[in-house]
Amino acid sequence: MRWGFVLSEIRQGLRRNMSMVISVILVTFVSMTFVGTALVLQLQIGQMKNYWYDRAQVAVYLCDAISPQTVCPQGESSPDVKAAVEAKLKSPTLKPYIQNYYFENHEQAYKQFQQQFKGNAVAKYVTANQLNETFWVKLKNANDGEIITESFTGQAGVEQVRDQRTYLDQIFSILNAASLTAISIAALMLVSAALLISTTIRLSAFSRRRELGIMRLVGASNFFIQLPFVLEGVVAATVGSLLAVGTVTGLVQFFVQGFLAQQLPFTSFVGIGDALLVAPVLVLAGMLLAWFASLFAIRRYLRI
Amino acid sequence: MIRIENVTKQYPGNPRPALDNVTLEVEKGDFVFLVGASGSGKSSLMRLMLREDVPTHGSVHVLGDNLATISSRRVPFFRRKLGVVFQDFRLLPNKTVAENIAFSLEVIGKSRGLIETAVPDVLGLVGLEGKADRLPNELSGGEQQRVALARAIVNKPAILLADEPTGNLDPATSQGIMAVIDRINQAGTTVIMATHDKSIVNQMQRRVVELSGGVIIRDQRSGGYEVKA
Ligand SMILES: Nc1ncnc2c1ncn2[C@@H]1O[C@H](COP(=O)(O)OP(=O)(O)OP(=O)(O)O)[C@@H](O)[C@H]1O
Ligand SMILES: [Mg+2]
Repeated sequence: MRWGFVLSEIRQGLRRNMSMVISVILVTFVSMTFVGTALVLQLQIGQMKNYWYDRAQVAVYLCDAISPQTVCPQGESSPDVKAAVEAKLKSPTLKPYIQNYYFENHEQAYKQFQQQFKGNAVAKYVTANQLNETFWVKLKNANDGEIITESFTGQAGVEQVRDQRTYLDQIFSILNAASLTAISIAALMLVSAALLISTTIRLSAFSRRRELGIMRLVGASNFFIQLPFVLEGVVAATVGSLLAVGTVTGLVQFFVQGFLAQQLPFTSFVGIGDALLVAPVLVLAGMLLAWFASLFAIRRYLRI
Repeated sequence: MIRIENVTKQYPGNPRPALDNVTLEVEKGDFVFLVGASGSGKSSLMRLMLREDVPTHGSVHVLGDNLATISSRRVPFFRRKLGVVFQDFRLLPNKTVAENIAFSLEVIGKSRGLIETAVPDVLGLVGLEGKADRLPNELSGGEQQRVALARAIVNKPAILLADEPTGNLDPATSQGIMAVIDRINQAGTTVIMATHDKSIVNQMQRRVVELSGGVIIRDQRSGGYEVKA
């Protein structure tokens, strides 16, 4: 195999179609950036799920003086009510599902609230007796929230049961939708990238049709004839994918780690390690895309 | 060497076959002129021998390969055993004479060392010493055809297929080209040449196969362009 010859053919092809090659690079760059962002977003969602599902609890809010009359006719719940709730939590029906639980009284709830909303205006106006006394229940399996909700909803002295998990699911479904959108845009972009690559290669082949004709006539193998064209497409697409890797890594490093992680210190975010996990996927996908698109484009010139 | 049996070639959209039940055998070292009016099927027959096309019916065997069943992956390797020249030379305009010939060796993976000796050799053989660095547009038609011949034979093919190689040349230049082709034949290469050039065929007195409407109407051991009445 004459590699020097193949290399000089690729170089000539790239130079001859400079503007098309640049557009291939740009289209792969943009589409792979979308793909990469979607993948990183998926990793982020996975990571947040792990983190938050681990911490998600079911809150059993007890009635207090300011609870609506309709659910809490008797006002502030008595120690008897608390005992009843606690007994139910310890009962053999619920116990197997519960990892642990704790009770939070008005004072503790107030402290927690002050800490959580430090610096926020609401922290000044809220008082301890506006915050419900609560049983916080941590489940063994975060999917079992329904069991607690059903057991305590409607029980006397219980104002409301809330599974934090349902909030999380809302957030995750929004994030998922965003990631799906990115993936759909990426898919469209990939289609146009593939079409553009095959057009570019077809043009390249057309401008070298004399050479191709002679190559076929003197018995150059199909592999040898295809190689410069396919590599031309692959080189362009690889450059585009590498740019996308750079962009995705930059996004993770400077936007996610440098900005988001500073703004939201209690959330776990994807890091540079995750970006590097995505990198080979992007490069490989770009190369495969270009490989097949180029092969498809050049096929016509090889028909015997 | 070449065996064509009961070959019919029908192009789509054309009810009249370009070749109609043609049978032809060519021995090693033969020199065959294919003659006949325009459209009689000469080029079609050559395309079949080169496996540029496949017959509608019948079989084509060339150099031990059955061209009806040969896999498309093997076709390039089959073609390396053949040399081809055309009326229109088909040189690469942006490559020099030497580069044009070297190109055909490079693309079949020959080593640089072999190319460096083979190219000057073959240029000498076709009478183009000293013109290695010219571009095709700096050569006369006859010289360009010599380059094409050099390219066709540089890989030492067993068969040379020439489709009207003198079609664009004046009689004197054609004589020169025929001298080269004759020399190639003398060296053992089988030559099949399609031509309309009466005087060349008459002068050479080689085997003549005449086609008319896709049918072989004459196959003469050593003949002229037309049957003498
Ligand atoms: N690719 C093709 N598609 C359809 N018909 C074709 C094709 N090639 C050739 N033909 C027809 O086949 C017949 C034989 O053509 P061919 O080119 O073999 O003739 P020829 O003897 O080489 O003529 P010439 O002396 O003008 O070169 C003609 O009628 C031509 O129109
Ligand atoms: Mg013809």
